[in-house]
Amino acid sequence: MSAVGPDPAKLYHRKTPATWWLTNRSYFLFMLRELSSVFIALFLVVYLCQLYQLSKAPDAYNAFTQKLNSPGWIFFHLVALLFALYHSFTWFQSSAVVLPLRIGERLISRPIVTALHVGAWAVVSVIVLILFLALKS
Amino acid sequence: MATEKTMEPLWWGLFSAGGVVAAFLVPIHIILVGFAVPLGWTSDTGALYRIWWVKLYLFVLIVLPLYHWAHRFYFTLNDMGLKSISKLLAVLCYGGAIVGTFVTAWILLKI
Amino acid sequence: MAEPTITLNVTRYRPEKDRAPTTQTYVVPYRQDWVVLDALNHIKDQMDGTLSYRWSCRMGVCGSCGMMVNGTPKLTCAAFLRDYYPQEIRVEPLVNFPIIRDLVIDMTDFMEKLKSVKPWIIRKEEKPVSEGEYLQTPAELEAFHQFTQCINCMLCYAACPVYGLEPKFLGPAAIALGYRYNMDSRDQGKDQREIIGNHDGIWDCTFVGECSVVCPKHVDPAAAIQRSKVDVTKNWFQSILLPWGQR
Repeated sequence: MSAVGPDPAKLYHRKTPATWWLTNRSYFLFMLRELSSVFIALFLVVYLCQLYQLSKAPDAYNAFTQKLNSPGWIFFHLVALLFALYHSFTWFQSSAVVLPLRIGERLISRPIVTALHVGAWAVVSVIVLILFLALKS
Repeated sequence: MATEKTMEPLWWGLFSAGGVVAAFLVPIHIILVGFAVPLGWTSDTGALYRIWWVKLYLFVLIVLPLYHWAHRFYFTLNDMGLKSISKLLAVLCYGGAIVGTFVTAWILLKI
Repeated sequence: MAEPTITLNVTRYRPEKDRAPTTQTYVVPYRQDWVVLDALNHIKDQMDGTLSYRWSCRMGVCGSCGMMVNGTPKLTCAAFLRDYYPQEIRVEPLVNFPIIRDLVIDMTDFMEKLKSVKPWIIRKEEKPVSEGEYLQTPAELEAFHQFTQCINCMLCYAACPVYGLEPKFLGPAAIALGYRYNMDSRDQGKDQREIIGNHDGIWDCTFVGECSVVCPKHVDPAAAIQRSKVDVTKNWFQSILLPWGQR
């Protein structure tokens, strides 16, 4: 312990409260972003349950699909979709930070990189939709 | 090699891969599974899920985002004040994703 | 005609007699061109000489005057009164650091962490002076230049909730500093900075991103951390999958 410097016993320590993420907008949006992973996982579990029903019998699959046509499930999927879109957008923004893209010597600006990701997402979504419509029966 | 410090890149790598899969693919699948088929915008008997490469695609679609959730949720719970049960949370989160991996494979093979 | 005024609510903590911090209210003249630091200097010079706080250059290059202004970490020499007027301004010491007195925080932990990333050029083999300087192209300089701009103001540590919850976390500035050297083409010491890839290094970070938002010099420590994660992960997978191809 040095002779010069503050008395460690007199230092005042402020503790971070467990509600820290409610104290400002940025932290709150951060927490929403993190919680989006929960809704994505929940949706995939629902999807898995549906596929499990299919593994039992086609009738079971149809019965499950019918069950999804209820206000409760529609609301769940709406919430899940909003969180999934929030995840996608924030993920694309993060990608622009993590991977600096260049054309020759010039750095592509982050909003443009994000926009390119969104464009790619739209294209991929359309491809999945087309494949689904082509393969389903 | 079992110390937390050396294994972190594995979980982060899986988290990242899951994040990419979830970002590009999950929204359209929510629309298909949650709205298009139940609301009758299009019909579906589930026959397409028997195609082998569709099963492979579904395995990636479902499993990788589970690891994304596990890693993110583990850190979130720690940051929300549950750091004292950190080890238990790790088992529940990463263990959950691992269980989900096997369950998904088993279901897809059953179809 | 009465001169316009603005109210500052300032944290006071006198370790010799206080058990906990309190707030003291000062009403200072409101000037269009004043920053919060000017108001603090006015308080100290004209109203209450006992107020303690750090400052130096008053122009945003020394990093001394970082404090919480209405809950946001800011350089008080860069926070204009006119951006808050006529509301009251709350001035508190930087969060996530212990308070020594009033607005002065203990930065020992920060200084230790800066040292721990070995912030100097590390060579496997030194070139003799007779062979001249280590040359660097503009592109090589650009690869790390923005990360050299850190003024050690600690706003990023105050903005980081992970550091607030886990004091062992290496933190944004220290990791950005380590990244600056890892990205410097003259440096060969990446394997000596393993503290960055350890548990309380980059892996505690959850990319909240507030560090980069509050940084007054646009260093973007969040980018340094995430890019380090990619780098460490790539090397880790390479060492697992291709163990013979070690660099």
